Amino acid sequence: MTSPAPITEPHDAAPGPDPAAVPALSIDGVSHTYGPRRALIDVSFNVQPASFTALLGLNGAGKSTLFSLITRLFGIQSGRVGIFGHDVGKNPGEALRLLGVVFQPRTLDLDLSLTQNLLYHAALHGIGRREAAARSAELLERIGLEERAGSKVRDLSGGQMRRLEIARALLHRPRLLLLDEPTVGLDVKARADIIRHVRQLVTEQGIGVLWATHLFDEIMPGDDLVVLHQGKVLARGPMSRVIAEAGAQDVNTAFMRLTGAQTMPGGGA
Amino acid sequence: MSSIATRETPRGFSVQEYLTCLTGIVWREGLRFLHQRERFVSALVRPLVWLFIFAAGFRQVLGISIIPPYETYILYEVYIAPGLMAMIQLFNGMQSSLSMVYDREMGNMRTLLVSPLPRGFLLFCKLLAGTAVSLLQVYAFLLIAWFWDITPPPSGYFTVLPALILSGLMLGSLGMLISSGIKQLENFAGVMNFVIFPMFFASSALYPLWRVQEGSPYLYYLCEANPFTHAVELIRFALYGQINWVSLAVVAACTIVFMIGAILAYDPSRGLARRGPAGGEG
Repeated sequence: MTSPAPITEPHDAAPGPDPAAVPALSIDGVSHTYGPRRALIDVSFNVQPASFTALLGLNGAGKSTLFSLITRLFGIQSGRVGIFGHDVGKNPGEALRLLGVVFQPRTLDLDLSLTQNLLYHAALHGIGRREAAARSAELLERIGLEERAGSKVRDLSGGQMRRLEIARALLHRPRLLLLDEPTVGLDVKARADIIRHVRQLVTEQGIGVLWATHLFDEIMPGDDLVVLHQGKVLARGPMSRVIAEAGAQDVNTAFMRLTGAQTMPGGGA
Repeated sequence: MSSIATRETPRGFSVQEYLTCLTGIVWREGLRFLHQRERFVSALVRPLVWLFIFAAGFRQVLGISIIPPYETYILYEVYIAPGLMAMIQLFNGMQSSLSMVYDREMGNMRTLLVSPLPRGFLLFCKLLAGTAVSLLQVYAFLLIAWFWDITPPPSGYFTVLPALILSGLMLGSLGMLISSGIKQLENFAGVMNFVIFPMFFASSALYPLWRVQEGSPYLYYLCEANPFTHAVELIRFALYGQINWVSLAVVAACTIVFMIGAILAYDPSRGLARRGPAGGEG
């Protein structure tokens, strides 16, 4: 994902490792309005399989609206969203099968156990009980919570809940994972654990990840970057190129130059 | 994005997958309900207050003649029991549907709606799950009512089940349709005043309609046109092993219309957008 390409071109226009590969996620000319307010204006970018794409934007940039469109929570007003080539608007079933998502607000049932939460999610994807139980046990083991399987989610820490949500998002074995500011409200260690876990998913399982954040220190060289500001994509491409194009030394400065933001949005350690 | 629509043909979903999804949603709703003991207790206390206090007080005031499906003179308590069963479902339907549209359950609705199965089916499952919860409430009520001398024939407990499922679905869909249509709905009190109470009082739940007709013909027509009346009558007849065909037709037709309307009108962006420009955005 470090191949040079002009910043004005969609990222997939540049030959990547596999030019024939269908993007894990393709956003093409998407606009969205809430009454008179324009939340997204002609947004286009791609996420490749086995890549980590950071969607960088301040609060109110339109990140959550975009997530709601990708997950078909909201109807797409204009433009197209494709997941591995399946149009979310026209063929949501096939598209959503391949998608795992971790929303910014917690969406676990606090009064149910960890396993019950996972089994419910499996059922929503039509996964039979026996298979679901096996996959749940396996995922709980991977996130180190197998001994808490029967506890109520309410008793978990914030970091553990997030890990559980990520495990849940992986239960139906998606090939694209969306995470909307997943580390908000977590302590340093929990943040690091989660970032490491998600990056492993990219390298070991080839999952395409779209990671929305406003925290610059979560981005690493080699990541793809999409800078979203007031509903518009200001820059996209490999991180090094975005920084170079902005004539900056680091992401923080590049972001401020691009958006004209006066202050650091916080968390950029 | 020429790549779109060039992928392998959709494989769709098997009946097994639909059934797994349906049972999963109902199972979760049941589990959640069992954890919410306060909701269970308040759902039971409401009809019991009507039964123990209101009905006892009005027993002497309201004489009930022999009307179908009853074959003998009955106590007033016996008359209003089906109305109270429907009331449980009315409250439950409004409550669960409101929480589906407004943000209280928004997180859980997100989890539900990212399921790849068709959205209409998911909402149908959710309505069915709400109905299942109302069945638990109704049967718990019937159990307590049995000790209060409300003793329908034993087979009535089975024959009433299909009627309860249908009326539960109708009231749940109505709740969902209403909550989609109202812009400003700050709390449950508004629905109580403008939907639940008028529907409940302008029905055959508390008094036979022939008595209403004596008092006010217009109110009588209003009651006759009220789908809730037909839900009550459907339940009343079914509890005694009979079918009120007119009520069945009305309830079935209303269920279909309300449900299609509710599914078409359901828009999750409302629950999120209501938080204002800053809140829902990230």
